[in-house]
Amino acid sequence: MSSTKQLVPEQLVTNAESLRWKVGSDFHQELMETMYAEAARLAERAVVYPDKSSRFDLDRTIDRIITSRMWGFPMMLIMLTIVFWITISGANIPSSMLATLFLDMGHPMLKNISTFIGLPWWLDGLLIDGMYISTAWVVAVMLPPMAIFFPLFTLLEDFGYLPRVAFNLDHLFKKAGGHGKQALSMAMGFGCNAAGVIATRIIDSPRERLIAIITNNFALCNGRWPTQILIATLFIGTLVPAHLAGLISALSVVGVAVLGILLTFLVSWGLSSTWLKGETSAFNLELPPYRPPRVMQTLYTSLIDRTIYVLWRAVVFALPAGAVIWASSNIIVGDSSVAVHLIDYLNPFGLFIGLNGVILLAYIVAIPANEIIIPTILMFTVVSTGLEGAGEGVGVMFELDSQSGIMDIFRTGSWTLLTGINLMLFSLIHNPCSTTIYTIYKETGSIKWTTVSALLPLIMGFLVVFTVAQMWRLVDMLF
Amino acid sequence: MNKPISSNTCLDCSAHHEGNLLKLGIDMQNWDYVVAMAGNPNTGKSTVFNALTGLRQHTGNWPGKTVVRAEGGFVYQDHRYKLVDLPGTYSLLSTSPDEEVARNFVLFGKPDVTVVVVDATRLERNLNLALQIMEITDRTVICLNLMDQARSHNLKIDDRRLARDLGVPVIPTAARYDEGIPQLLQAIDEVATGQFVCQPHRIKSESLSLKGALSPLIDQIQTLFPQLPNSRWVALRLLDGDSRIIEAILEGELENLGPNIPPILNSEMDKENSKELIP
Repeated sequence: MSSTKQLVPEQLVTNAESLRWKVGSDFHQELMETMYAEAARLAERAVVYPDKSSRFDLDRTIDRIITSRMWGFPMMLIMLTIVFWITISGANIPSSMLATLFLDMGHPMLKNISTFIGLPWWLDGLLIDGMYISTAWVVAVMLPPMAIFFPLFTLLEDFGYLPRVAFNLDHLFKKAGGHGKQALSMAMGFGCNAAGVIATRIIDSPRERLIAIITNNFALCNGRWPTQILIATLFIGTLVPAHLAGLISALSVVGVAVLGILLTFLVSWGLSSTWLKGETSAFNLELPPYRPPRVMQTLYTSLIDRTIYVLWRAVVFALPAGAVIWASSNIIVGDSSVAVHLIDYLNPFGLFIGLNGVILLAYIVAIPANEIIIPTILMFTVVSTGLEGAGEGVGVMFELDSQSGIMDIFRTGSWTLLTGINLMLFSLIHNPCSTTIYTIYKETGSIKWTTVSALLPLIMGFLVVFTVAQMWRLVDMLF
Repeated sequence: MNKPISSNTCLDCSAHHEGNLLKLGIDMQNWDYVVAMAGNPNTGKSTVFNALTGLRQHTGNWPGKTVVRAEGGFVYQDHRYKLVDLPGTYSLLSTSPDEEVARNFVLFGKPDVTVVVVDATRLERNLNLALQIMEITDRTVICLNLMDQARSHNLKIDDRRLARDLGVPVIPTAARYDEGIPQLLQAIDEVATGQFVCQPHRIKSESLSLKGALSPLIDQIQTLFPQLPNSRWVALRLLDGDSRIIEAILEGELENLGPNIPPILNSEMDKENSKELIP
C-alpha cells in the first residue's frame, strides 16, 4: 500500500475488510491446520513414547464399565445410594450429640447468664430463644451430614467421576434439546445452585445456556440435602424394620435426586421445543484421566470450602430468621401472634395441597436460604400448636436430644406420611433461594428470565404436591 | 525484532499495562509484577495456582472448574507478584466468552509473565494453546505439569529440547506434589525481571494468497503502532473480522501497548546466553 503517509486506524480497518474478501473464508482453517501440524511436530520431537505393546490401560478399562450403556446408569445410582447411606447412618449419632450440647446444655446455661446479668425479657427472647436456638438447630441438623457427605462427594469428584456422569447424560441432554455441558453445570448444582448457574458460562450458545440456568434449580442443592435426609429418615425409614431403615431412607433420597434429574430433562425438553427453539450445538467432552484422590487434602478442602462455607451461610441466614420467628411469635395482634395469624391464613391452602400452613410460612421466611427450612418449620410448629417446653414462653424451641423428639413435634403438628413425602417433593420443586435468583439475574441480565426461573419451579411444585395429595386421598377413600 | 537498540531500556522494569489492568479489574498498586495463568481445561491449573500462592482454592478433576477468574499473590526474591488464573480454554481463536476473557487479559493487560500450564501427557493438543499465546505475548513460561502421570504412563519428555524449540522456559512440574514449583518460581522471576529474554517460536508458513493479504496489513499496523510486539497476530485477527480487535484499533487501545520486551541484541551471543538461562 502506498498511502501509508497519513494512515489512520479507520483506513486500516477498511483495508482489512476488503482484503478479507480476497482471501476467502478458509484461511482460518489453513491457520488452524498449520498450528496443529506445528504442535504435532514439536510434540513429536520432545516426547519419547513407550512401546505400546501390551500395557494394561486401567483408565480405559474403568471407563468401559462406568460409561457403558448397560452399566453406566446402574453404577451411578448405586454410587449415589452408597454415599447417602453412609451419610444417613453416620450422621445420626453426632447430630443428637450436638443437639444435647447446644440445646440441652447450652440453652439453659445462656438463660441463666442472661437472668444473672438482667437482660430485658424481649432482648433475652430475641437473642437466646430466637437467634441462638435457630442457629444451634442449623448446626446440629446440618453439620454432621455435611461433614460426611461433602468429603465423599469431593472424593468422587477428584477421582474424575463427574465428567463420566456428564458423558453418560450427554445424549439425554441432546435429546432434550439442551447442551451436553449442561450435565456439568447440573453436577455443580448438586453442590450449590448459585454456583451451578455461574458454571453455565461454559456453555457458549445463549439459548442452551438459558435452558441450563432455568433448570439448574432441579439439581438438589446442599441446602436441601439435610431436609431430604431428615424427612426421609423420620417418615420413610420408620416404615421398615430398623435394619433396613438406613438403606430405604437413602434410596428415597436418591429417588428425589433422580426425580430432579428427570425434571431437568423434561423442562429442558419443554423449553427447547416451545420457548427456546433452536439447534443443539456439538462439543467435545474430555474424559480426564482417573487420578487417585489425595485423601487428606480432599478432606481439608471439602471441609473448608464446602462444609464450613455452607454452614456459615446457613448460620448467617439463621440468625435473622431466628429473630423474625421469635418476634413474629411474640408480637400479638388481636388475640394471637403474627405468626399464628399467618399460619392460620395459609393453613387451608397448605392442607389442600397436602402440606400445611407452617411449611408454607417457613418457605417464605427461608427464601434467603433453604438450609434453615427444618429449624423454621419446627419452631413455627411449636408456636402454632402451643407446645410448651420447659415453660419458657412462646416461640421457644423444644429442648430435644434425638430425632424422636423432632418426630413428636411433627406429630403434634398433625403431620402425616403424606405431609412428609410432599415436603420432600416441594423441597425439590420450588423457587430457588434468593442468592440463586440474584445470580440468575446477574448472569442473564433479564428480569423476564429471572422471573421465569423463579416462578416456573414454584408453580410446578404446587401442581406436583397437589396431584400427589389428591391421589393419596383418593386411594385412602377407596381402601 | 530487528529494530535499533535503544540503550536506555530498563531491563528491570515491569511490562504490564497498568491502566488496562485496572479496567480488567486488577489493581497493581501493591504489586510489582502481574502473572497470568492460562492452559487447557483440566491440566491442573488450579493446583499450580495453589502451589504458587499457598492458597487452597478448591481444585476439581473435571474440565471447566475455573469459570470465575481466581486471583492470588506471592512474593519471590523480594518481588511482589499478582497471580491471575484465567479460565481454561483449548484455543484463543473461537469466540466463546471464556476464551475471550483469557485472550483480552493477555492482550490488553500485558501481564509481565504468562504461564501456560500444559498437560505433559497430552502435549500435542496442549501445545496448540501455548503456540497461540506465544503469538500474543513473548513473555511466556511453559509449565509442563502432570509429570507424575507422564512418568506413570512411561512417557519421557525432553523438556530442554522443547524449551529450545519454543524459545521460552519450559519447567516440568508435578504441582500436586509441589515438584518443580521452586524452578517455576525462578523462571517466572527471570522472565518478569528481564533476566531471561524469551524468543518465542512463531509459525511463519502460510499460503501465497494469505501472505499477499497479510504483508500489507502488517506493514500498516507497524506504521500505526510501531511499538506493537504482535503485529502479525493483530493482522490475522483483523482479517478474521474480530470485532474486539477492530474496536481496539479504532479506540486507540493498541497505541498504548508499548514494547512487550526490551529490544534485544540480535546476536548469536545473546542466544547463547538465553540457552543457558533455561533451567
